[in-house]
Amino acid sequence: MTTARSQILGAVKQALARNTPGDDPQDMREQRLSDPRPGLIPERSRLPHPAQVDLMESMLNELSATVARVSSGDQVPESVSEYLKAKNLPPEIRMAPSRDLQSLPWDGQHLLKISHGPAREPDQVSVTGAFAAVAETGTLMLHSGPEGPTTLNFLPENHIVVLRASQIVGAYEEGWARLRKVFGNGYMPRTVNMISGPSRTGDIEQKIELGAHGPRRLHVIIVEDGDSPA
Amino acid sequence: MESTSHNFKENARRAIADPHIQAAMAKMKVGFTGKRLAATQRLPEFEALRDASRDIKNHSLANLDFYLERYEAKVIESGGQVHWAPTAEDARKAILDICRRVDARTVTKGKSMISEEIALNDHLEAAGMTVVETDLGEYIIQLRKEPPSHIIAPAVHVSKEQVEADFRALHTHLPADRNLSEPTDLVNEARQILRQRYLDADVGITGANFLIAETGTSIIVTNEGNGDLTQSLPRVHIVIASIEKVVPNLEDATTILRVLARSATGQEFSAYTTFSTGPRRAEDPDGPEEYHVILLDNGRSAMLGSDFQDMLRCIRCGACMNHCPVYHAVGGHSYGWVYPGPMGAVLTPNLIGVEEAGHLPNASTLCGRCESVCPVRIPLPRMMRNWREREFERHLTPSSVRSGLWLWAFLACRPVLYRRLAGFGIRILGALGRRKGRFSSLPLAGGWTKYRDLPAPQGRTFQQLWAQKQKNEKRGAVK
Repeated sequence: MTTARSQILGAVKQALARNTPGDDPQDMREQRLSDPRPGLIPERSRLPHPAQVDLMESMLNELSATVARVSSGDQVPESVSEYLKAKNLPPEIRMAPSRDLQSLPWDGQHLLKISHGPAREPDQVSVTGAFAAVAETGTLMLHSGPEGPTTLNFLPENHIVVLRASQIVGAYEEGWARLRKVFGNGYMPRTVNMISGPSRTGDIEQKIELGAHGPRRLHVIIVEDGDSPA
Repeated sequence: MESTSHNFKENARRAIADPHIQAAMAKMKVGFTGKRLAATQRLPEFEALRDASRDIKNHSLANLDFYLERYEAKVIESGGQVHWAPTAEDARKAILDICRRVDARTVTKGKSMISEEIALNDHLEAAGMTVVETDLGEYIIQLRKEPPSHIIAPAVHVSKEQVEADFRALHTHLPADRNLSEPTDLVNEARQILRQRYLDADVGITGANFLIAETGTSIIVTNEGNGDLTQSLPRVHIVIASIEKVVPNLEDATTILRVLARSATGQEFSAYTTFSTGPRRAEDPDGPEEYHVILLDNGRSAMLGSDFQDMLRCIRCGACMNHCPVYHAVGGHSYGWVYPGPMGAVLTPNLIGVEEAGHLPNASTLCGRCESVCPVRIPLPRMMRNWREREFERHLTPSSVRSGLWLWAFLACRPVLYRRLAGFGIRILGALGRRKGRFSSLPLAGGWTKYRDLPAPQGRTFQQLWAQKQKNEKRGAVK
């Protein structure tokens, strides 16, 4: 009995043998899997690092996200509190269990209630870090793992991302290179989220509405840590 | 779903007479095209990226068996399972088996055209499950019990007043005097209702825009975030994808992603591009415990190596229908099955047969706008002509058209006879129409004169005029 698998693969092989003038050489295909190379990368993001940070900020604004810049990590907790106050949100955050975030001086924010872990209903505000950010289109890269519950990126209505300037790169491909450096070639965490602005829909008469299912607001705090990307 | 593609003419007639559809089409045809144009003009490398995307898809298809096998191995390595489905029936069964095994009651779904193709919702509902579409457009058409009319904007034919009426009729637990006059109100209501569904769901089903052989990853591209809630909250995540979605590596997918959103909605990048690989890891605080991929063939392997192989490059952006004058006139439902517009006119006969869908490739003026905007440069008009030839060869065209074409071919092959008859005909018509200069009705030309007058010919035929012109030029050159 032929299995479904051999049925499909057999049909594919047969069809390709019929009309394709020979496969690409095996080692070329292998190389494409074991040693992927970037294709054409738009010029837009080939800039000195400070200009990439500026591009990131302007693209985020264009995407209806908001941006605050602080000069050190120590100022992040205060910046979070200010944002909550400005948006009239309760002083309560659900934070990613990340060492980097937890090492910040939250003690100074006496009124702020902080809990850690995956999002639950009805958490209103999440605070997460990021893995990288792509200036080309203002896209944040986050991945799942013990320090990054994916639900924090989608369930609460407000998502605050703490982004270090050194995490900002020009193109998506540089983000992939960083990911491979951390995890090795051919491995991916369960989820990698590329996030470009808050949730939106144009499904009713093509009028763009924010906050369709995911966050209504995306706020990025850029920490100018002075390091250029590794 | 049940096809009405054979009934295209009647479907189109009804759509043209429907003021709701006409109003919606008038709106969509300016919105999408303008946004795409602005996005492409902003990226100087856009045309080169189209070439690169076409080449990546061609390479992937030419080595499809290789990349599918490597993709499968990677999915298994990351703890996921792959289910091969030669037919729609096999795919439905594989999904139902998984849902039954985990005792699923509520199944949430991200938008998937493959799911429409295999009519998954009906199947799961018949088995007693509650199936909830979570993409706002899909949710609206699920309430209306309609198929999608566009591959990326499934409810593009529905007005906000119609959505309001549907919500009032079906969300009866909410106060009757609530305000739903603006899209914002409607979006908020859907958000509120679907939120609980995500949390209740046992299984989340999504489609895939790409599969990556390098890592065993599936990618979804959305703006709402519904796909992400669908796939990260339930215990089980099922991905349903057709075999041609596989590309070699992350960089290849990235190149194509640069043309996808720009071609589709005119965005630089969609709000959420999500890469999923296997189930949650032991140390992950959330995510699904099971990850399944259904790999559907359903007619694709038969397109490989055929005149229609290029169609398998399609990345489902919708640009072809957004720019199609026929789609603008008749809307998506007229096409009668899952895939409308030019891509549907080529793909549908491949998947459900030219006997059923042979009308669709005829519903084109061959103006070529679709090919000119296709991000992977699919020669859609050429393939529509291929289908027309096949339809003719298989005697599926109506006898009036066949005999008309036969007569024309007979005359065209006999130039002397053709010229004589044409000259004779034009003299007669010219004499008959001399008084008014036009005909408001004419035998055999009712299709034309029903909507507009036919000008009466004056003087000689085109060929006579041409011959005269050539002669004059020759004389001028000699002098």
